Formats: sequence, structure tokens, C-alpha cells
Amino acid sequence: MGRYKQIEEIVKLMNSPEMIRNTSIIAHVDHGKTTLSDSLLAAAGIISEQTAGQKLFLDSWELEQKRQMTVFASNISLTHTFQEKDYLINLIDTPGHIDFSGAVTRSLRAVDGALVVVDAVEGPMTQTETVLMQALRERVQPILFINKVDRLIKEIKLTPEEIQRKFAKIILRINTLIEKYAPPEHKKDWQVKVEDGRVAFGSALHKWGLNLQHMKAKGLSFKDIIDAYTGEPEEVGAKIDALSKKAPLYEPILDMFCEHLPNPLQAQPYRQSQIWPGEADSPVGKGMAKVDPNGSLLMCITTIEVDPHSGVVAIGRLFSGTVEKGKTVQLVTSHQKGTIQQVYMSMATDRVIVDNIPAGNIAALSGLPSVHVGETVAEEGVKTQPFEGLKYVSDPVVTVAVEPEDVKDLPLFDKVMHKLTIEDPNLHFKINKESGEFLLSGMGELHLEVTAYRMQEAALKVKISKPIVIYRETITDNYKGPAIMGKSPNKHNKLWVTLEKLPEEVIEAIRAGKISEMQTREERQKTLKQFGWPTDDARSVVAIEGTNILVNRIKGRQYVEEILDHVKSGFREAVYTSVLAKEPAYGLKVNLEDVTVHEDPVHRGPAQILPMTWRPIWCSFLLSDPKLLEPIISFECKVPNQFVSNVIAIVQKRRGRILDMVNEEDMVVVKAEMPVAESFGLADELRSSTQGRAFWATQFSRWAPVPESIQVDIIKQIRERRGLSPTPPRAQEFYEEA
Amino acid sequence: MTEIVFIGLGLHDEMGISLRGLEEIKTADTVFIELYTNLLPNFSTENFQKISGKTLTSVSRKELEEEGGQKILRAAETGKAVLLVPGDPLIATTHIALRLEAEKKRIKTHIIHGASIISAVEGLSGLHNYKFGKSVTVPFPENFSETPYEVITQNRKLELHTLCLLDIQVEKKRCLSIKESLESLLKIEEKNKKRIITMKTLGVGIARAGSKNPIVKADFLENLLNYDFGAPPYSVIFPGKLHFMEAEALIVLAGAPKKVMEMAK
Ligand SMILES: Nc1nc2c(ncn2[C@@H]2O[C@H](COP(=O)(O)OP(=O)(O)O)[C@@H](O)[C@H]2O)c(=O)[nH]1
Ligand SMILES: [Mg+2]
Repeated sequence: MGRYKQIEEIVKLMNSPEMIRNTSIIAHVDHGKTTLSDSLLAAAGIISEQTAGQKLFLDSWELEQKRQMTVFASNISLTHTFQEKDYLINLIDTPGHIDFSGAVTRSLRAVDGALVVVDAVEGPMTQTETVLMQALRERVQPILFINKVDRLIKEIKLTPEEIQRKFAKIILRINTLIEKYAPPEHKKDWQVKVEDGRVAFGSALHKWGLNLQHMKAKGLSFKDIIDAYTGEPEEVGAKIDALSKKAPLYEPILDMFCEHLPNPLQAQPYRQSQIWPGEADSPVGKGMAKVDPNGSLLMCITTIEVDPHSGVVAIGRLFSGTVEKGKTVQLVTSHQKGTIQQVYMSMATDRVIVDNIPAGNIAALSGLPSVHVGETVAEEGVKTQPFEGLKYVSDPVVTVAVEPEDVKDLPLFDKVMHKLTIEDPNLHFKINKESGEFLLSGMGELHLEVTAYRMQEAALKVKISKPIVIYRETITDNYKGPAIMGKSPNKHNKLWVTLEKLPEEVIEAIRAGKISEMQTREERQKTLKQFGWPTDDARSVVAIEGTNILVNRIKGRQYVEEILDHVKSGFREAVYTSVLAKEPAYGLKVNLEDVTVHEDPVHRGPAQILPMTWRPIWCSFLLSDPKLLEPIISFECKVPNQFVSNVIAIVQKRRGRILDMVNEEDMVVVKAEMPVAESFGLADELRSSTQGRAFWATQFSRWAPVPESIQVDIIKQIRERRGLSPTPPRAQEFYEEA
Repeated sequence: MTEIVFIGLGLHDEMGISLRGLEEIKTADTVFIELYTNLLPNFSTENFQKISGKTLTSVSRKELEEEGGQKILRAAETGKAVLLVPGDPLIATTHIALRLEAEKKRIKTHIIHGASIISAVEGLSGLHNYKFGKSVTVPFPENFSETPYEVITQNRKLELHTLCLLDIQVEKKRCLSIKESLESLLKIEEKNKKRIITMKTLGVGIARAGSKNPIVKADFLENLLNYDFGAPPYSVIFPGKLHFMEAEALIVLAGAPKKVMEMAK
């Protein structure tokens, strides 16, 4: 019953933006985010206090319980009273593993503040830093919670002074990152300090927490806390219980949210220019700055979920206007319209129907089946700039073949794959036309294992192949000779192309969505000119596939328009499955230089134009010193001194490279990188050779050339796996005599 | 003897080849046949083998176009190769590439002509050969193109007739019908609104040219659209300015409405 009262309160608060805090908890994997979130939920009376800390509420499926790892963002709303005022706190749980960092970036778009959770024993880790950096770039203000303090006392037996010194080090590290990545005007005032109460510490597991204010108010000192952990087990249990009653964890945390994190009215004006490219003084821009519930609708979709009752549910941050049932809205990037069927607010695994939700809140909408993550939902008929393309940090680098164990399950398989890929845009699913295999690609071994587990959850038994690395193909240099000509099979059409290698910064911009087919020609032209492109090329981009660009330099020839679509398809096919090993091409700029098109349309259909396009692309590709690129992950590992040599040996055995080693007390932080191809089974090997004492993380780093000595072998392996001849074709095979 | 002889098979069945063509086959070392550039509705390979006493090797579009006819060139390097082609062999522009390739390799080439749709439509409709402009193929809807409309427009300006060949996919036993081709042109008209192809435009539909029972029907599109032409292959003519002899021929030979007389000069 208490629960419904709660919902009524929330609905009331939704209409007072100054009382809203949209927040997120960010942390390295296993630092205690989920345990903390549950404690906060318990406080809100949604789940009973006794079970919090055991039942991980936010992790709604079994796998996470097993792995103790949150995988998909899940949203909750709760209320908190601070200094006699009621606040509405929207909490978005983000995943802590880098394999899912796309989801992290997306949830950050929706929040104004973030609680950084750091394990007191491990200190800030790679993932803490990456996510904090992402948050700061999205202009999300941080506060800090130092967790697992119980371990400092019980396991490491630190004195009060040593504890404080440990805290100081963690705080310093976090502030260094804030200094570096916060927007210039907030480099100073976003610093987290113990004195002003923006740092709390405690034990999420034992449900107690404090910051300076609460220590003073409650008359508690470090010595009291250490005392609570001293004595016989039963005695300790009782004392910790008492501590969690006296200093419950949620108090300092929720107080900090209310006191130190910005409300939407404060945050939206300074976040606006970073997260939305539209004009500040357009009607939509003004609505956003004022968080105006009567303004022109502007909402950024950050999560999509599919559930059996409501179908596709789009969740996101509402920056301006109000969403309500039956309202017709425009989906800006896909140029579509849709009608909102229901409006929900999210409460962990539940969704509750409400009449409407005004600006400043997190809302969930059903009835927009074709919506995708990153979509901008806007007022019908009002010209609205979409949010910038959400910046994903990683490319998919690993593929597995999956198939249902029982062919009778194919329809279910279809349904589950659709649901999984719609919910997780970092998951790519496709059918290999030649082999008929179902291929699932993701951001790492773990990402795919988790996905496989979710299939089982949906009562789908699948067979999964060993993971296969995804490679890229590129050229070393621009193609230098005269334009290469390709003929259609019937010899009636000719196309001349040249090939260049795109500079890394342009490739980066494509990957970040700053250069895309979604843009208008004018926008794209402007961006490309900033990268030094001549106007003619910048305005003549006709297709972008992967990180490859097609430029149409042809002028004054007949029938070009009639074949251009086929040429584009030919380009897409040529770069999607390039010629060395049919892996995707990387960073190519293909220029169409000239063309002769047969007058009669039957002589220039796709069967003619496609080969005419891919043959000269492949020919010039093969003539430009082609090479294979492999995905490299960076690897960071904190390990006790005595195991360092084992870790180094593992890295070296896996074709890795040590980049840096730093001593931290009796631990060493090893920074290294290694090819994804050599990273499979890393978790098990690290565990067994360090007696489980290594803390580590990996993340996608870059595409790097495969060492010369093994390139031929790898190409051969890939080709044979695809049923191709072991060596790639030679340029001559695609060369045409004039 | 290294040579390639291109032999036309005419329009309809195995009887369309010339006597000279048949003689050439009898002295050939290898006989190839391609049956994809045009439809020979009643051609029986079996019967033809009986008549000619030779085994036919069929070549596909892939072998001729993507592989550049290597198979034929190789055979011609060591002996006399014949390529049998529907219609008149080099009207199908595809084979010009092969002929040039052969000559470059110093392989002699010869042509034995056959009847072609290009000349057959003139005979069947009575329209004068010298008054035809550029011809054009109307493609299947999935390869939609505005070129046929443009070609008709240009010819019309010069008062010339336009012969439209209708796309076929012999491999898939698929022929664009006269109705489909007219609809595709009317669709372009709807967009361009140049009043080139309307319901009141005169057209001539031709089916099964070269067979014993061809159909030739001239009428305004509103009627032509619903005319039953029977089995393929098909073509369509859009007359330009009619000479009075042509108008008369259309009435007598193609059942055109009397009104066309008024359109002639
Ligand atoms: N000793 C101790 N363990 C904790 C504390 N908080 C969390 N843990 C444990 O750390 C592991 C990871 O916690 P979890 O909340 O899943 O971390 P997440 O990956 O950041 O969501 C679990 O085994 C927790 O029980 C704490 O304050 N003290
Ligand atoms: Mg978790």
C-alpha cells in the first residue's frame, strides 16, 4: 500500500523541476553500485530493509545475481526529504563493465549529476576513470562515495590516520580527473571535498554511510567505526547493525543528491550547448533552457526496452514540453511520426502508467515501435534539431555464430534476437547470406556470453560457436596511379575511380557520428571543410558505409543519376566485404572520377553496375599496399607485487605489450595492450596465476596492423573459414584494359 | 583454323537459321549457343541437334559477360567455333565485346545474319524503316528508369517512330508485358506531365514476331492497355508523324482506328 502513496508523491514532484534530481551511479565493476542502489531503494520503502543487500533489486535477472554485475541500465524514481522539503530522485543504474559502455554513455545523456562509487581497497580503476570522463564530457556533475570501508578495517586493519590518508589519495585522483575533463567554468567548483560534504564513505554491504556533516551531527568518529568492527563475530554483527541504524547509508547519499547536485532548471542551460546542437534562442532551445512544460517537445531517447505487455518502450530524458497519452510526436532523425500510446514512469523492473510527464523528468513511452536509441522526440510540425549522434566508445570486435538447438525454435529465436538487438544497440545481428549462419557481434567475449545467457533466460536453447575476431582492411597509402577503370560485365559501361586513405581524425569523426549520412548535405560539407576538405569533395559525398566515404566527382555526364543508386550499393558491398579476406574496409575514401553509361536502361541494371563499381575499388585497393587491421584492447591490472611477473608473462604470451607499470604501496598497476585475438580466456588465466588477487579491466583501444609475419596466415585462416581460396586475388584480376 | 562464326537464329524456332548458317555448323569443331539475350519461344535444342548433327554447348550470361567468353575464345584458338545467337547475332550489343576480343587475339570472326526484331516490326506494322529514331528497352519495374520516356520525347520532336523492346529475363522465364510497359511510361508521364504518353497516344503492340501467328495491334493507349496479346515475346512502337501510307498500313494491317488517317500527312 505504501507503494501507491509513493507514486502519488512522485507525480506531484514531477511538476516542480527545482525538486528533481536526475542522477546516475557510476563505478568500476564490482565496486558496489548495485548493492548501494538497493540500499537506496530500501530506504524509499520499495523493498523491505531486511532483504536489501541480499536481494539485488536492480539486477532483475538471474545472471547478474550470479555474476554480481549489472549489465543493463534500469531506472527507478524515489522521494527523499531533505531539510523539510521533498525531492524526487530519478536514479539510472549504469553498467560498470566496459563491454557495455555504449549503455553508459546513453544513460549519462539523461542525467545532470552522478555519484562516483569507488572501492576503498582498490581505489579508482580504469572503468571509474573512463566513465567519469564520459560523464564530465556530457557535463554531468560528480559527487563521491568511498565504499567497502569495512574491508579497510577488517581485512587491512588500517588506523584512523591511515584510513584518512587512503581517502585523501582517492579524492585527489578523482579531483585530478575533474580538473582535466570538467567544462572550463566548473573545473574548480565541481571539485569534491570532504569539508563541504560532497564526499561520503561507508559500507554498502553493511548499509551504513557517513559524510562530514553526518559524522558531526551524530557525534561519530573513525574510532567509533573501527570499534564497531572489533570483537567477537556476534558482538560485531550487533554493533554493525546498530551503526547502520544510527548512520544509515541512504541519509548522506540522498542528502548529497539534494544539496549538491543540480536540478534540471540549473543544469539544462549549461548542458544544452554540449548535448544538443540546436539554436539556443529557437523556440525549442528556449523551452530547453527554461525546462518549460508548455514548451516545444524535446526528448532524447536513451534506452529501449521490449516487454510483452507494452511492446517497445522508449525511455529518455524530457528536456522541454510534456508527454501525454495520445499525443502525436515526430521522430526527428528517422523523419517519422508516431502517437504515444501510454506514458509511464519507471520503477526498477516495474512501469507505472501516469497521465503525463512534464519537462525535466525521465519518461517512458509506448506506441513508437520504430524508435531507436538516440532518437530525438519532438513536437509535431516544429522544426527541431536532433540531439547529436550518441557517441559510442567501441566497435564490435567479436562475432559468434548462433543457432537454436532445435530448428522448431526458429520463430522464437527471431523474436528474441529482435528484442535483444533493439534493447542493446551495441549488439549486431545478421544473417550470412552465403552460409546461412546467424552471426552475432558484440564488444567482447563477455558481452556475447551475457547475451547468450539472456537467450536462455527467454527459454531459448542455442548453440554458440567459438568467438571469432572481426578484422578490418585498409591501405597504407593513397593510390597514386591514374584513375582505375572498371567495366560492367557486358562491357557497355565504364567507371573510373581513385582511392585515398582517410586521416585518423576523419575516421574518428565518422565513428563519433559527426560525419554521417543522416546529416544534411550542408552540415556535412561544413564539418568536412573543417577537416581541410576542398569544397567540391565536401559537398559531393554520396554515401558513407562504416568508416568509408564515397565521393562523386563526376560532372556533366549523362544518366549518372540513373545509376548512382546502384553505384552506391556497389560501393557499400565493396567496402563491407573488402577483398583481402572479406572483412570490412576501414577509412577509405573512394572518388568516382568519370563514367560512361550505356543509353539503354537494360544494359545498366544492378547486375552490370555493381561489379563495375566494386572491381576498380578492389583493384586500386590491392595496388595501394593493403593490410589487415586487428582490434587491440587496452588492459589494466592491479596486482600484488609477488604476482607481477606472472601478469607480465601472460601479457607477453598473448602478443601483448607492457605500456606502463606504477607502484602503489604493495600493489603494481600494469598497463598493457593486446590483440583481441589473443584475449580469449584471459579471465581464467589471470585468476589462476594470481590466486584471484588481480583486479583488472579491458577496453577497446584501437585498430592496429596485424604483424607482417602472421598477416598471410591470418588472411588464409579467415578466407578458408569463409570457403574462399587461401590467397587473396591479385590486382590484375580486376584490372581492365581500356 | 582459328575462327569464331556468329550465326543468327532468327526470331522464333529452330527453322529460323539460314542454309548458310547450317552449312557453317556442319564444319564447326565446337558449337555454342546462348539463349538469354532474346526469347526464342519455340526453339527446341533437341530438334536442332538432330537437324544439324552437332551437340550444342549452352553458354550463360555469366560465362559470356563476367568471364568474357573465355570458353569460346579457348575453343576458337584450336579450331572453328560457332556461337548461335537469337535474332541477328550482333544486334545484341553484348556480343560485340566478344568479337573485338577475338579479333585482338587474331582470331578471325564471321557473321551469318538472321532475321531481327528490328526489321520484323517494320514488316509487320508497315511503318517505314527510315522513319525510326533511336530504339530503347523498357526495363522491369525494379530497374525503373526514365530513359524510355526521354527517348520517345526526343524522337517525337524529330517526328520519328520509337521502337521499344520489352525487357526479358529468359533465365527466369519472365517477360515484361505490353500492359506493364505502358503503365510504367504512364507513371513517368504523371510525374513529368509533358503530354508525351497519354491515354490518347497511339501505340502499336507486337507479339510473337517471326512466328506463324504474330499479333500486331495499333490503338490508343486507353484501349491498347487492355488488349490481349497472348504469349510473348513483345515489343511496342510509338509512331511519330505518320506518312499517309503508314497510316493506311496501320489500319489495314494492325486494325488501327480510322482516326489515324487524320493524323497523317
Ligand atoms: N565488503 C564489502 N563488500 C561489498 C560492499 N559493497 C558491495 N560489496 C560486494 O562487492 C561485490 C560487488 O558488488 P555490486 O554491488 O554488484 O557491484 P557493482 O558491480 O558495482 O554493481 C558484491 O559481492 C558485493 O556484496 C561493501 O561495502 N563491503
Ligand atoms: Mg551491479
